[in-house]
Order: sequence, then structure tokens, then C-alpha cells
Amino acid sequence: MSTIAVQQGTKWWSGGRSPFNANYGKVMMWYFLMSDAFTFGAFLISYGTIRFSVNHWVDPNHVFNSFPFAGHTNLPLAFVSLMTFILIASSVTMVLAVHEGHKMNRAGVEKYMLMTIIGGIAFLSCQAWEWTHMLTGQHPVLVDGVVEYWNTTVAHNPFGPEVAYTGTDPLFIGKEIATPGPIAFGSYFFEITGFHGFHVFSGVIINIVMYLKTKMKHFELRGHYEMIEKAGLYWHFVDLVWVFVFLCFYLI
Amino acid sequence: MSTTVILQESDVQVGYDTHQEHSHHESFITKYVFSQDHKMIGKQFLITGMIWAIIGGFFSVIFRLQLGYPESTFPWLEDLLGHWAKGGKLQPEFYYALVTMHGTILVFFVLTAGLSGTFANFLIPLQIGARDMASPLLNMLSYWFFFSASIVMMSSLFVQTGPASGGWTIYPPLSALGDASSGSKIGMDLWLASMAMFIVSQLLAGLNYISTILNLRTKGMSMTRMPLTIWALFFTAVLGVLSFPVLLSGAILLLFDRNLGTSFFLSDIVVNGKILPNEGGSAILFQHLFWFLGHPEVYIIILPAMGISSEVLSVNSRKPIFGYMAMVGSLFAIAILAFLVWAHHMFVTGLNPFLGAFFVLLTLLIAVPSAIKVFNWLTTLWRGNIRFTPAMLYAIGFVSMFISGGLTGIFLGNSSLDIHLHDTYFIIAHFHIVMGVAGFFGMYAGVYHWFPKMYGRFLNNTMGYIHFWVTLIGAYLIFWPMHYEGLAGMPRRYYDFSGWESFKMFAGLNQFISFISILVFAAQLLFVFNFVYSIFKGRKVTTQNPWKANTLEWTTPIRPGHGNWEGEIPEVYRGAYDYGKDGRDFIPQTEQIGENESHH
Repeated sequence: MSTIAVQQGTKWWSGGRSPFNANYGKVMMWYFLMSDAFTFGAFLISYGTIRFSVNHWVDPNHVFNSFPFAGHTNLPLAFVSLMTFILIASSVTMVLAVHEGHKMNRAGVEKYMLMTIIGGIAFLSCQAWEWTHMLTGQHPVLVDGVVEYWNTTVAHNPFGPEVAYTGTDPLFIGKEIATPGPIAFGSYFFEITGFHGFHVFSGVIINIVMYLKTKMKHFELRGHYEMIEKAGLYWHFVDLVWVFVFLCFYLI
Repeated sequence: MSTTVILQESDVQVGYDTHQEHSHHESFITKYVFSQDHKMIGKQFLITGMIWAIIGGFFSVIFRLQLGYPESTFPWLEDLLGHWAKGGKLQPEFYYALVTMHGTILVFFVLTAGLSGTFANFLIPLQIGARDMASPLLNMLSYWFFFSASIVMMSSLFVQTGPASGGWTIYPPLSALGDASSGSKIGMDLWLASMAMFIVSQLLAGLNYISTILNLRTKGMSMTRMPLTIWALFFTAVLGVLSFPVLLSGAILLLFDRNLGTSFFLSDIVVNGKILPNEGGSAILFQHLFWFLGHPEVYIIILPAMGISSEVLSVNSRKPIFGYMAMVGSLFAIAILAFLVWAHHMFVTGLNPFLGAFFVLLTLLIAVPSAIKVFNWLTTLWRGNIRFTPAMLYAIGFVSMFISGGLTGIFLGNSSLDIHLHDTYFIIAHFHIVMGVAGFFGMYAGVYHWFPKMYGRFLNNTMGYIHFWVTLIGAYLIFWPMHYEGLAGMPRRYYDFSGWESFKMFAGLNQFISFISILVFAAQLLFVFNFVYSIFKGRKVTTQNPWKANTLEWTTPIRPGHGNWEGEIPEVYRGAYDYGKDGRDFIPQTEQIGENESHH
């Protein structure tokens, strides 16, 4: 049985050699993550296909330049850097939780799991703020010679190429003003960050379950904290995906 | 009925949580409905698949009526289908819906869930020597996700605007715009929702199959001692786990395009003179996403059939399978190549010809492992003591179909020839023979062979022989002439060919094909009757090992309970194909290697 194999650290089990010395639950998780990687891969490759088939794309430094409670500041990528830092920090606490699990230290596992959960919730809150900001923020756009105010949605992109304003509105005379941009930007942004956010949300739920199970001494009685490790695999995967999302939407 | 399993200390070695056993006192619900026993789940997949096969097959009979007799009316059709067959004539919209649903049902619900779902569930634990799947709960969930997908797909048949009708490949923009056709409305949403659940089912099932095969083999069952069925099901599961998520991505994006106003697959479209606001998307992108699943999908169908046929051919030839490692290697090669050839479905979409050349090369490479397999099957038969059981006939029929359909695949893999043959009846003939009929033959071989293990009774042989010969000859009579129609340029998916001068010469042939297809459908109903009849009235199995086979499933009791083996799980000492060795007819895997035993 898996528990025995773990306790004795044996590399051999009845059928021959156990692959990577992992039990079936971990094998399942790895294959699930490979499968999920293909889902995200398909999304990101689709995004790349469309993005590089249009002539103009938004400038992320321009789109992602605000910060909560700071009004209309110009802090390019500051907020998303904070989000990324929070998520990666939560990965670190997850590693520490797994480590404490190996030492069979229940209090340590609880502490670090709680920190991981808080990190996950903080990340989701940040994403909620960013979405709200994009969905409600109004930006002047030149549509057929008239200035309209647009937010960013799946079908609206106010960050197109800028042209010289030739109209009569005194507010914009002599200025450059943006035209509607490729709507694929908003579509892919909300779709992919939403799908990733859904994964983070699921991860938080899983982590909460793991935390409660730890607290109820479930794993202590079982003799090992391998479930924490499996939850950790998922959590690290979600973080890794974010690195790619961050790269594709914010950096390039 | 169920035999009580006494769990012993040794079970603990197999990495299996003993507390998951439910062999003691099962109610009707836990035993037949929400069962966690892999054998019952396998049967559930089989029976659900059979129900779908009857529905999907019946659809083909209805649209073959239209193709064979475009001038006639059938009043009973109106009674059956209401306004879809006004005046006894199938309406064009519903013709497309029928074609679409026929494809969807047969490809996904019958030949994916019904074939690998049945045999992976039933055979993996039995043949590798495990008490059950790694996670019986996930296994049960996998069936119920499939069941829910079935309910949703079924319900789409009854909505007012009809089920999805854009073809089983659901290419946008037809599938993305609700106004494009009546089948693009709610029927399409239900199709996508159903497929999403189907993909979850495949994922849960695949994870289970993989981890069970890797981690739960009994003592001595090394990877190279596994029966070829298990190898085939293993690669099938890997293909499913890695390719279905890409279809999921495509389906999610398509759902967004349909319902949330995005333009992932839409650009510059005018409907009824009105310019749509969608811009920047690419319909070709969807084809890439779809075929990245769609191509591995045909191997998801054919690999289990290959594995089953290998096993059945060897057992009934009383000879070891020829070139075991070559068989495993060619399965592996096919599984790898499956991911690298998807764009050969898209030669005429405006694909860059240089890219096309790359895909032609990789596509034609598949002929190499396929040929290795065919030669090994034939050399397995060579000078064997062949027992022509119905299962054996179907396995031989599978090889025949695979050769016939595979050869036309070489035609279609050439991008230059494909320009002429694309979307004609030639392609219909090709994939029906190599994937549809061959997949079914593998499935039938498996059902006839393992029915005694499933239900403790034999299927009726006489009905089996009639079923086989009608199906084999009928399938060739249906699909062989289609090659000629396709070469003459007759396009697929057309509602009525009577208006074209150039296709008028095929009117009689189309009638003939329709007539035979009704006959073949009737033969399948005979099989269904045989199946149901034999469950209750079939000849009882009296010996543990009726086919004199080597594999582990025949060491279980005649009607194994949950847990499969009474007492300890047997230990394995040899590969699964020691037939006709050292003058002995067969040597089961559980027998130790003798001192003076020769090496094969």
C-alpha cells in the first residue's frame, strides 16, 4: 500500500519498478496537469496566432498603468508585478507547507497552508480589482471623427493606434487620440485571465479543504502529508501558468 | 451472484486502499447504478454505447433513404419525425442535423466512450491483476459525466430548432452564428455543453487508466509482460488526456463567440446583407484546434480495436503474437505521430503548401507502423491452429478493414491528390472503413470474446456468424462503391444529387447502397437481440478459462465479484503469449518458468 511504500522509502513495488517512485495519486495529478497544460497551451497559441496576424496591438505599459487608491497614476505594470509577487510568494509558502508535512509538523503545515490560502485570495482580489478597472474605466476613442468614451470589454478595445484629432471638440484639439483597437485583445485577455483565475479559485478551494483536513488531524492519522504535496503540485502549476500569462499579456 | 471477497494481508502490497472495497452487502443502487466496480462500469459504458449506436445507426438509415430515393416520399417518416419530414420527405435542415448527429454519436459516444470506455474499464484491472481501478470513485464519476453528456446531447434532438447541423466538425462560422442555420441555434449550444461534459468524462477516465496501468500491476507483471490490449488502452488513454483538452479550449472559445460577443473565430462576415461587427478572428484557427483533437481521436478509436484484435488473434490462432515488442513499438509510434499530422485534414483551407509538405511526410510515415502491425497480425495467423469463433472472425475482419481503409489513406495523405478527393465520397469511404467499421469490428471481437467474462454466459454462435457475414459483406458493399463515386467527384454532405447531370449515373448505385445499409442495420439489431437474449438465456460458462487463454482475467471466478479474485491476486511469471510452446497448447501467465523451458 502506498503508505507503506512511503514510510519505508522503497523503490520497488509488486508490479516492477514504480515510475518515479510516485504512487497512483501523484501520477494522476501529473497527467492531469499535462492535460491542463494542453488546454492553456491551446489558448495561448490561439492568442499568439491572432495577435501576430493583426497590424496593431495595445501597449501594455499604457493599458496596465494604474494602481488601487492612487487615482490616475502612471505606474506601468506596478500593480501586476505586485499580483505576480503575491502569487509566487504563495508558492513559496506552499513549498514550506509541504516541507513541514515531511517533518510531520502539523502546526507548521497549518500555518503555511493558511498563508497560501491568504495569498490565493489576495491574488483573486487583485484580479477582481483589475477587471473592474478595465470594465469601468472610460477612455476617449475617435470613432468616425467623433470622440466616444469606451471601456475595455470582450468586444471593445479603446487602445488602438493614435491619430491626430481634426474635430472641433476643444478638449482634444491639437492632440493625438486613440482609435478603436483590435477587439481580440479584450476577448483573449478576459478569457485567458478568467480561465486562469478560475484555476486559482479552484486551487484556493482545494487548499482550504487541505487546511481543514490538516486541522482535523486527517493526515496525521494517515501517517503522511502526501495530499498536501498533490495540492502543492496543482498550486505550483497554476503559478507557472500565470508566469506565461504574465509574459504574453503584460510583458510582450 | 457476487462472490464475497476476503481481503488478505497480501492485497496491501498492490498499492490499493483496502477500505474502498464494497464487496460486502450491496444494494441494487450501489451494485447496478452507482457502482464503483470497474466491471459494472464497463458494462454501463457498453450498454449506453449500444443504445447510442442504435440511434446513430438509425439516423444513417433515414438519411440513406433520402440519398437512395430522393424522389420518393415515406409517410411513416412524417409520423416519426413530424415537421422534419413534411409530406414524408426529409427536410434539408434535418438532413444536415441527422448527418451531424450521426457523426457525433458514432465518433464520440459509441466508438470512443463505448469502445475504450468499455474495454479499458473491464479489462485493465482484470488483465494486470488489480482489484479495481486506482480511483473507483473517479471511475464512477467518469461514467456519470458521460451519461450526463448523453442526456444533454439526446435532449438537443428535441428542441424546436433541431440539433446541431454544421457537421460533426462544427466549423465556424456556421457553428458560431446563431443566424447561420436552424441547427446553429440552441442545438449547437447543447452540443458544446454536452461535449464539455464528455471531455471531463474522458479526462477522469484517462487519468484512471494511466495510473492504474502504471501503478497497480500485480507482482511480476512488468510492462513488457502486459497483454497488447493493455498497451493499446494505455496509449489510447494518453492520447485522450492530451488531445481532448485542446478541443475543450476550442469549445470554450466557440461558446464565447456564440454567447458573449467575442470574435475568436469570426471576421468580416455578412449575413443577409448585414455586416456583423465581428473582426480579427480566424475560422482556420478553430480547424487547427479541432483537428489537434480530431486526428488523435481516430487513433483513440482504432488503438483499442488493434489491441483487442491482437489478443483475440493470438488466442484463437493458438500461437504467440508475432513480434510483441514490434507491436508495442508500433503502437507507440502511432501514438506519437497522431499528434503531428492534424493539418492533413486542412490541405484545402489555404494552408501554406510548405507546411502541407511537412504534414504529408508525417502522414505517410504512419504507414510504416501500420504496416508492421498488419504484417504481424498476418504472421500470427500463419500456420496457426485457427479457431473460427465469432470473435476471431471479427478480429480477422478488423485486419481486412484496416488494410482496405489504410490503403486509401495513402491516397488521401498526399496533398496534391487530396485537392481532388477532399470532401467527396472517397473520404467518406476511407474513414468509414478504416475507423468506423474497423473500430466496430474490434469492438465486436471484444464483446464476443469477453462476453463470457462479463455475464458468465456465451453469446449465441449461430447468430454471431450471421451477424458477422452480413456485416462484413454489407460493409464492403456499402463503402467500396463510394470510392468510385468520390473519384467521380461526388461531394459529401449533399442533400440531393438528382439535380446534377454528372451524378445521375450513380442514382442506381446510391439506391443499392441505401438498400444494403438497411440490411446491415438489421444485422446489428440481430446482434443487440443476441446480446440481450444471451445475458439471460445464453449457454452458461462452466469452466474458468473457456478460450484457454493465458491472461489473468481467466484466473478469476466465472462470475467475479467486486475485487475480482477470491483470496490473493495471482503472481505473474511470464508474458501473455506463450501459446504452442514446448508442445503445450498454452501456458498461463501465472505458471512459473520451468527449468528446461525453451526461449521463444
